[in-house]
Amino acid sequence: MNKRTIAAVLFFSIVCLLFVFTALIMHPFGVLDESEMDDYIIDNTQGEAGADNGVTSVVFDYRGFDTLGEATVLFTAVAGVIVIFRRLKHD
Amino acid sequence: MIIGITLIESGVNLFLITLGYRKGSVAPIYTSSSGGIMALPVPQALTLTSIVIGVAVLALMLSLVIHIYRHYGTLDVRHVRRLRE
Amino acid sequence: MTEMSRIVRTITSIAFPFSMIFGLYIIAHGHLTPGGGFQGGAVVASACAMILVAFGSKWTLKKIKEQQLSVLESVGAICFIALAFFGLIFGIAFFNNFLVGNEFLFGVIPKGLSNINTGGVLPLMNFAVGMKVVAGLFVIVLVMAYATSEYKQNPRGGHK
Repeated sequence: MNKRTIAAVLFFSIVCLLFVFTALIMHPFGVLDESEMDDYIIDNTQGEAGADNGVTSVVFDYRGFDTLGEATVLFTAVAGVIVIFRRLKHD
Repeated sequence: MIIGITLIESGVNLFLITLGYRKGSVAPIYTSSSGGIMALPVPQALTLTSIVIGVAVLALMLSLVIHIYRHYGTLDVRHVRRLRE
Repeated sequence: MTEMSRIVRTITSIAFPFSMIFGLYIIAHGHLTPGGGFQGGAVVASACAMILVAFGSKWTLKKIKEQQLSVLESVGAICFIALAFFGLIFGIAFFNNFLVGNEFLFGVIPKGLSNINTGGVLPLMNFAVGMKVVAGLFVIVLVMAYATSEYKQNPRGGHK
């Protein structure tokens, strides 16, 4: 058991050091660098997508393929839950 | 353990939204907006997908817990591990 | 699970239509105000779960079978994929917004005022995803409630 404890503490401290290092070199809150894709989406969402809501036009029009994958994940979860509880209803 | 996983999931979603904020900006919606700078809409769209995936994983975890309780009669982790011996 | 007292049942049957109309409002105006398919679907599913908690699982299973909810979810998914394929047939590429530009059906260019005739193919996709989310979340809650209630009536002994 001693070897497992020492290996667990070692990996935990390495992951903690990585988190702290990332938090120190991140940009401050509210001050971003250049973002060309989002500026293009905000300027052209009324002409091309034809919607007033910027978030909905990104979810369904500019990045609709991610929404298709998410609908598949929801369907798989419902199918898994029904399969797990099927044997108890036939008894 | 399930509550801990759900807490970490909520923390990650909150962190994703705060990555797309500019100083003094409003929501990226044009309906009766007050003008000015707008926040980025792409991280908000990705956070929506992440929330739905978290709900799906939580549903599967809870149904597995119900199955374990019905088979073993207890939820104590020390009594459930019978595959290792 | 068993049902609750008479006061709870009366108040629930009063508050249920208002919650459902509010959720359908959030789904339908997804291209103008914050909201959309997933958010409105979660609100309507929680209104249906309120009915399940107040009236018991036996009464709810007499009204709605799981077969009908499964068909509803599949119809929502097929409508979503069919709208994406229509973008390939009538337009340029997959998921193309082919309804923007005509003055007849959801094609007006918006200018900041709340015009519901805008959006292209977005309001139809909102309805399809809303149907899918409502059916999926309600089936999960219903199956879990029915399976745990049956265990209390005939318990199978567990090993120790």
